[in-house]
Amino acid sequence: MNKDMITGSEALLRSLINEGVDTIFGYPGGSIMPVFDALYDHRTDFRNVLVRHEQGAVHAAQGYARSSGRVGVCIVTSGPGATNTLTGISDAMLDSTPVVVIAGQVSSSVLGTDAFQEIDFVGITQPITKWSYQVRRPEDVAWAVARAFYIAGTGRPGPVVLDFTKDAQVSMVDYKPATVDSVRSYIPYPTPSSSAMAEAARLINEAERPFMLVGQGIELGEAHEELKAFVEKSGIPVARTLMGLSAFPTDHPLCVGMLGMHGNYGPNVNTNKCDLLIAVGMRFSDRVTGKLSTYAKQAKVIHIDIDHAEINKNVKVDIPIVGDCKEILAGLTTLVQPKEYVDWVKSFAEYNAIEYDKVIDKALNPTEGPLLMGEVARKVSEATANRAILVTDVGQNQMMSSRYFKFTQPHSILTSGGLGTMGYGLPAAIGAKMAVPERTVCLFTGDGGFQMNIQELGTIMEQGVAVKMILLNNNYLGNVRQWQELFFNHRYSWTPMLNPEYSLIAQGYGIPSRLVIERSELDSAIEEMLSTDGPFLLHVAVKEEDNVMPMTEPGATISDMRFE
Amino acid sequence: MEKKLFTIIIYTENIAGMLNQVTAEFTRRMMNIDTITASSSSIEGVHRYTISLWGEEDSVNKVTKRIEKKVDVLKADYYTDKEIFFQEVALYKLSTAKILENSEISRIIRHSNARIIEVNANYTVVEMTGSTDTVVNLYNEFVSLQCMLQFVKSGRVAVPRALHDNQADLLFNEDYKRKSVTGK
Repeated sequence: MNKDMITGSEALLRSLINEGVDTIFGYPGGSIMPVFDALYDHRTDFRNVLVRHEQGAVHAAQGYARSSGRVGVCIVTSGPGATNTLTGISDAMLDSTPVVVIAGQVSSSVLGTDAFQEIDFVGITQPITKWSYQVRRPEDVAWAVARAFYIAGTGRPGPVVLDFTKDAQVSMVDYKPATVDSVRSYIPYPTPSSSAMAEAARLINEAERPFMLVGQGIELGEAHEELKAFVEKSGIPVARTLMGLSAFPTDHPLCVGMLGMHGNYGPNVNTNKCDLLIAVGMRFSDRVTGKLSTYAKQAKVIHIDIDHAEINKNVKVDIPIVGDCKEILAGLTTLVQPKEYVDWVKSFAEYNAIEYDKVIDKALNPTEGPLLMGEVARKVSEATANRAILVTDVGQNQMMSSRYFKFTQPHSILTSGGLGTMGYGLPAAIGAKMAVPERTVCLFTGDGGFQMNIQELGTIMEQGVAVKMILLNNNYLGNVRQWQELFFNHRYSWTPMLNPEYSLIAQGYGIPSRLVIERSELDSAIEEMLSTDGPFLLHVAVKEEDNVMPMTEPGATISDMRFE
Repeated sequence: MEKKLFTIIIYTENIAGMLNQVTAEFTRRMMNIDTITASSSSIEGVHRYTISLWGEEDSVNKVTKRIEKKVDVLKADYYTDKEIFFQEVALYKLSTAKILENSEISRIIRHSNARIIEVNANYTVVEMTGSTDTVVNLYNEFVSLQCMLQFVKSGRVAVPRALHDNQADLLFNEDYKRKSVTGK
């Protein structure tokens, strides 16, 4: 045998090194043991993070990817190890997050025989991945890994699955590193049409009430500076989707807030008053548009997106520009005239002032009664000089923290926008802190979602990940309870929840914690959390039946927001 | 919106699991495929699917775009019947005894431009190419003459009427021919 021959498992790890991978979130098991055995020899090459459940591995990889812009990596075993990743893979697909999930598979000789821990992982994951491939020969490892990283990380990013048979893991191969920088059937960065750009610029220059909607595409395309330059020259007010909150600074004079069901009043009302909508890197989710038949019907629409299939998917578009938003925004900046829309921009502030009086003031400045979610979120944000990464779980904690956090830095909002995965927050925060240890990572979670992946406290303990966890505990599955109150006649069907003593749980994992009930203690508790080295659980008892407002009811016209 | 018959022509890499990826986009919307024909194309390593189905143009447009978005799909376009030439092929297995009994059957075979590809003492196999209506009409005639033993027809194959369309451009694009699926 050629002495340079190595196993498929070793080839996998060398290929990962070749892709610049330094962190792996994984969980061993029967069909992936050869890879974990090879990993034992690479302890200095990778930080291998033993999660406590494979769902945690994918969400951690997502947090790693979203906070850093790099591709997140998980390695799990076949069967249940693989199926436990499905929620995270689906989440990554809907939220365009680049992750590569490598799963063990039974030996190719027993595929299709219902072997122990065999499932058709490629078949299951095809609809929820950008690419899903079974590696069954060690010769294919280098190419498949290179292609996986290329596909996951380019164009509109997304999850890729490699299903790695056990025989391919142990067979020998004369390994040669591979690179993939093109796939003939895949155009990750379409060239934007110059005529569409010119036509868009003409519409922008002629518009009287132009309005810009930006989403996560700005973050994925690293187009923050280009967006700012375009906005400051064109004078056009900007609203952000939930996924794009840190695409543009909250306190910029032309930032008019957040769009959508629990967004701000000004941008939602003016969506139906503007004469030109310029949407960039956002997909007109139903949570942003409300009822489509009444959405921005008065306006011309320019849609800038890297994904051709997004054009005309939900909202009919007058001028589509398909390509990389960084390049397109830079191009448009040279084509548009410098302008100011003083009255138009002021109209957003006027509507937002109504929301301030009816909702925000009460949420941020209560003087009596139990603590409110909104005030906690704003205080934590301010205590980090609005520079922290906000990781949210799903539900009221998500909406309240994203509404009241302020964003000054790119890549600062990590949330499950598309799939709405409860349990996303804790593992995603772990991944984020490991990717960008120099930044403060604040997790906002609820008593429901926290318990969905609470086992990852073990990962925090073992790795010493300095995640600041803020548990907003209202003893309810709060968002569902809110809908039951508003739309199901107060019938609280299985939303009240008996909670454990969280301080004991934290103590069990060696994580310092503090319970806050009184408003007077909030500031010092936040200070204690942020000044403590390492992880911290800030357990806040908040008002039990608090509602996220304002709100556009599901299926209603987006501008028809209720305040109570 | 009105439902019409559309034909979607798709070029993909010839790899395992590709058909599943394509049809999953229809499953997700519970769109029922009427016919599907999959075979190799004139480009080495590239498969061509011809799928016909009834649907609203807006949905067909969206599903076609999402199919084309798949990494290993080279091209996907949809057409109405006016925009393509299309044919189906049918095989009719008939009772030789009945054909000998009733001369009307042979007359119909000749007049319909059908072709006899096998005759033996037990059965006769007739082949015909044509539109769906033509091949099904012939089937109905054989049934009424009580000579039918077995019938099968293919899905449609189609080529666009336009001299230069996106798909033809793809076929003659040297880049596509040169690069294989492995990008080597």
